[in-house]
Amino acid sequence: MMTNHVQPKPCKILNVKKESTHEWTFRVESDAKPEHGQFMQLSIPKIGEAPISVSNQGDNWLEFTIRSVGKVTDVIFQKEAGDILFLRGPYGKGWPLSAFEGKNLVVITGGTGLAPVRSMLNFLYDQEDFARDIHLICGFKNEDGIVFRPELDRWKNKFHTTYALDTDAKEGWRTGFVTEFVKEIPFDAFGDNYAVVVVGPPPMMKFTGLELVKCGVPEDKIWMSFERKMSCAVGKCGHCRIDETYVCLDGPVFNYTKAKTLVD
Amino acid sequence: MGFQMTWENAQTVFDKLAETYQIYAPKRHVNAGRYSEVDTIQYDRVSRMDEIVWQVKSDYPAKEVLTPIQQAIFYFTEDEYRASKVSEKPILIFARPCDIAAQKVQEKIYLTNGGYEDIYYKRMLDRVKFALMECNGGDDTCFCVSMNTNKTDNYALAFKFSEDGILVKVADESFGTYFDGVAGSDYEPEFVEKNQLEVTIPDLSDPKVRQALKNHPMWDEYNARCISCGSCTVACSTCTCFTTRDIIYGDNPEVGERRRVTASCQIAGFDQMAQQKEFRSTAAARMRYKMMHKFHDYKARFEDSHMCVGCGRCTHRCPEFISISATLNKMNQAVLEIKESLNQGGDK
Repeated sequence: MMTNHVQPKPCKILNVKKESTHEWTFRVESDAKPEHGQFMQLSIPKIGEAPISVSNQGDNWLEFTIRSVGKVTDVIFQKEAGDILFLRGPYGKGWPLSAFEGKNLVVITGGTGLAPVRSMLNFLYDQEDFARDIHLICGFKNEDGIVFRPELDRWKNKFHTTYALDTDAKEGWRTGFVTEFVKEIPFDAFGDNYAVVVVGPPPMMKFTGLELVKCGVPEDKIWMSFERKMSCAVGKCGHCRIDETYVCLDGPVFNYTKAKTLVD
Repeated sequence: MGFQMTWENAQTVFDKLAETYQIYAPKRHVNAGRYSEVDTIQYDRVSRMDEIVWQVKSDYPAKEVLTPIQQAIFYFTEDEYRASKVSEKPILIFARPCDIAAQKVQEKIYLTNGGYEDIYYKRMLDRVKFALMECNGGDDTCFCVSMNTNKTDNYALAFKFSEDGILVKVADESFGTYFDGVAGSDYEPEFVEKNQLEVTIPDLSDPKVRQALKNHPMWDEYNARCISCGSCTVACSTCTCFTTRDIIYGDNPEVGERRRVTASCQIAGFDQMAQQKEFRSTAAARMRYKMMHKFHDYKARFEDSHMCVGCGRCTHRCPEFISISATLNKMNQAVLEIKESLNQGGDK
């Protein structure tokens, strides 16, 4: 019997948490064991499928943080605990965790770009000895765009955190784009022993990459996670291809030495 | 072993083959073309030998037999996606060498890319045997010789059609029984050795050259000429891209089918994610993406061949008369310019 790599499995929704008006986290029953940074294909009735990164995971459950982007995701946003979502995966290459072990780690995110690093941050929070100092810079467009509020608070206990809104003021938060705070990271104090993770919208990643290089960070220490349109997630449909690279197979996580060459 | 048949006894052979095989071949669809009273020649199930169009190249490729424009891949209810089924009956496809070569190109993507084997392609391919149609030289858009796809040995039968009758070579001996009582011949298929068109593939091995080519002004003219209709990719022998789409039955959104629908990198929205800008938002950028995939990117990943068999159908179908061979020539010219300027830059 041949394996059907695009066969979706029905999974029960355990819980729906509204992170913000437009971003909801669905906890779904699943025995899949994704690596941090991998993604799954979620079936959206009437539309097809969409790749969604796993934003957290635990014993027999996975979480997906989904942004309401109009009519199409309305169907998912109508679902409640007890309803069924269809899943397949996990797919792609996640964060190279072994390359981060014993190192100082800088994590820079823009908006819901926090979702693909959230499970890794929780792992690092729980496994304090795994890495050295964690520097976390999270930028959001505005108050309503903030996601994972309880964790943002919790991470302050163990990580060096900088939280910012793009243009609005918020007590205890900074105002400005994440690129503005890159130069405050004590790269010199890390010696050679660090890695940088960047996730967010394409312009944010582009300019953060340039800023990091300007601050003297070697390109091969930087890792990014890409988001592209996908239909199949198994290298057949062609939507995510950039040159000879398939984001679904070779990514979504790329080293910056590769990422900077990926021009659509 | 070889045979020669009149058209009359060819039908007897055909009928015997049709008992075992679903037979697909280029077939004339009268008045189904894009203009009034214009036919189209497209792959379809045929029931008579004389339905097979052998005189001219088909407008659309043989890939449609294996990967239809749209196909149901699942049927879904509230809690289940059940894979669709297809007939178990083996398939015999009449095809020219370029169309047969194109399947090797598609196989790399469907069966090997990322280590994932696509069951929908595999279940078709496993049942397919090819009946080679000796090519009479194609037309003024063909350049199979330049692409090295003019010859093939991937066939069970080979046919040479003419008004007077049909010559056959049986390469797969299991087909011998269908020709009992037919007169013998020593027919061996001949292959096209020269096309009217010859193309040169630009050397894009240097990443600096590729990057410069992406930004070269040569692509700008396609903003004025290309209407991003996707006719070229639908007619392409090798293009594989598709989109997954669910449709629902009647008023019940819980029941329906999931379809695989042909997609085109030339059509706006191909790379667009919800509420985000397109990465390739112009006809020029999309043309550049297609051409570089055909003549560099595919080979860079899969090594064996380029993703073009030189069938010329894209040129044939383009409503704006954009020729792939002319575009390729422009790429060659641009690459020469780029290499010259990079060399000059290096000397300084």
